Formats: sequence, structure tokens, C-alpha cells
Amino acid sequence: MAQFHATVVVTLKPDILDPAGDATAQVLRQMGYLVDDVRMGKHIQLTLEAESVSEAEAAVRQMTESLLANPVMETYTVRVDAS
Amino acid sequence: MNIAVVTFPGSNCDDDTVRALHALGASVIRLWYRDRDLGGIDGVILPGGFSYGDYLRGGALAAQAPVMEPLRHAVRERALPVLGICNGFQILTEAKLLPGALRPNRQGTFLSTWQHLRVTRASSLFWGLREGEYLRLPIAHGEGAYYLPPGQLASLFDRGQAWLQYVSFDGQLTAAANPNGSVANLAGVIAGSVAALMPHPERAMDAALGSADGVRLLTAWLEGIRRRSRDASS
Repeated sequence: MAQFHATVVVTLKPDILDPAGDATAQVLRQMGYLVDDVRMGKHIQLTLEAESVSEAEAAVRQMTESLLANPVMETYTVRVDAS
Repeated sequence: MNIAVVTFPGSNCDDDTVRALHALGASVIRLWYRDRDLGGIDGVILPGGFSYGDYLRGGALAAQAPVMEPLRHAVRERALPVLGICNGFQILTEAKLLPGALRPNRQGTFLSTWQHLRVTRASSLFWGLREGEYLRLPIAHGEGAYYLPPGQLASLFDRGQAWLQYVSFDGQLTAAANPNGSVANLAGVIAGSVAALMPHPERAMDAALGSADGVRLLTAWLEGIRRRSRDASS
């Protein structure tokens, strides 16, 4: 077993309303920034043990599908690095 | 003497705060987060609540609201007394008018309970509230863990900015008395004319409802402003 670091970025699907992103965009515009859109997401870092990069990635995808993201309204990307 | 209470979108303790101030005989002006003119005021309270839905970070978006610009100016130019309560504390740290930040509670849950506090440092902003006095006030927050970057705690105490600390019911400053994981049990800080605390004095205005210590705290703040205005005009 080796140790791997994984990064999961979870974002709302484009057609899902994002009140937090909208409020943040509005405040940025009011501060004078030329911002068209803000979407809020989650950046999750995990450290885990696995036999290989591919096994680690499969495990992280499973964790993401079952808990970290809600596939109904969110999409995600997974990146795994050997430590 | 006029005291302003600012309402942000999502403030929910503004009415209670106005009512508490009225009960103490203060004349109250209500300000809206879009106001760019504070008017003739002698002090301002940023009340508790969930401004901007607590989006991004508690208080982060409200700290950029239009009303904060004249407020910041008044603090700088004429040391306007400002009191932040709960979300108001978060707004003031995000606006960098107070040092530090408020993190999510250590245990990850919203806290709503009675809490004992100790006045660690007397301040002329709170006339008659003496060092070592105890208060019993309600707390109600999800992001109330006061945080300072490593190395800044000693200077906070040295500068007399460490104002209120969470203590046990018998007044002991212990780790167990710390409800949310704040550094050094800190519940309230002061910087210049700006003070803030996580507990809710406006919810402790009647002994029959648990505590009247909010009367002590708010009366001390109003008296501090009264004496300040009198000194300035004499």
C-alpha cells in the first residue's frame, strides 16, 4: 500500500441556481469589478492508502459519488497524485 | 444622543436590538445596508443575524456593503463607537475593523445556550463595566470560534484588546468552559472605538427571561458614549 493525495472539486451543474454565487457576484460588481458570473464549489483534499494510482482514483470516485457530491445537481473532477 | 442599528439583508436581531435600546431610553435611528450617509449619530450597532445568507463566509459580503464605507470613515476620522453583536462581530473582522476571524465552531454544530463571561479588560467604551465582572448572556452561532494567526495572541492581550472571555458558571477560565474552540476562550474584542462580542446582550434584558446582564452591558456602552459626547462638547 502507498499513500496518495487526492483533490476533488465539486461544482453545481450550470442549470442549478446558485444563490451564494449570485450574491457574491453582485457584491463584486458593486465593488467595481467587471464580473459576469460566480459559481461556488467545494475543493476537497483527501489523503488515502491504495495499491496504485488507478485504485486510489477509483476509490475517490466512489466516495465522491456516494457522499462528497450529489450527482443529481453537482459535477466533479478528481485528481490523484502519489505522495 | 442617537444610536444607529444597521439592517443588512439577512439581519434578524435588528428589531430586538432596537427594542433593547428603546428599553434603555436611547434614541434609535435605523440604517439600511445601502445607506451611504450615517446621519448625525453617536454610536452604531451591527446586529446579529445571517447577513447575505452567510454566503462565502459569515459577514464577508456584508463587510463590503455600501454602508460600511461611511462607517469605516467615521471610525477613522472621529472614532465613532461601533458595537458588533454575533454576525456584527463577523462583519467587523471581515471589514478588518477588528483583528482576527471567526471560524466554524469546533464541534461543527450551531450552538444556542446560556454562557458565562468574564470582563477581562475594562474599557472606557463600557462605562462602569469593571475588570473581573461576570456576565451571563445567551450565545447562538455556527461560526463563533475566534481565531488569530499564531503569534498574535500575546499582543492582543498586551494592547488591551482581549475584552471578554468565556468562563465556567463558577467563573473559572478553563478549556471546558470554551463553548466553540475560540483561542484563549475569547468571546469579545475591542480595537479603538470598535467593540464586538459573539453573545447576544439584546436577548438578556429581563431577569424573568433568564438574565438582565444585557442591560448592564448595553447601559455601560451607552453611558460610555454619553460621557464621551459630554467631554467632547465641554
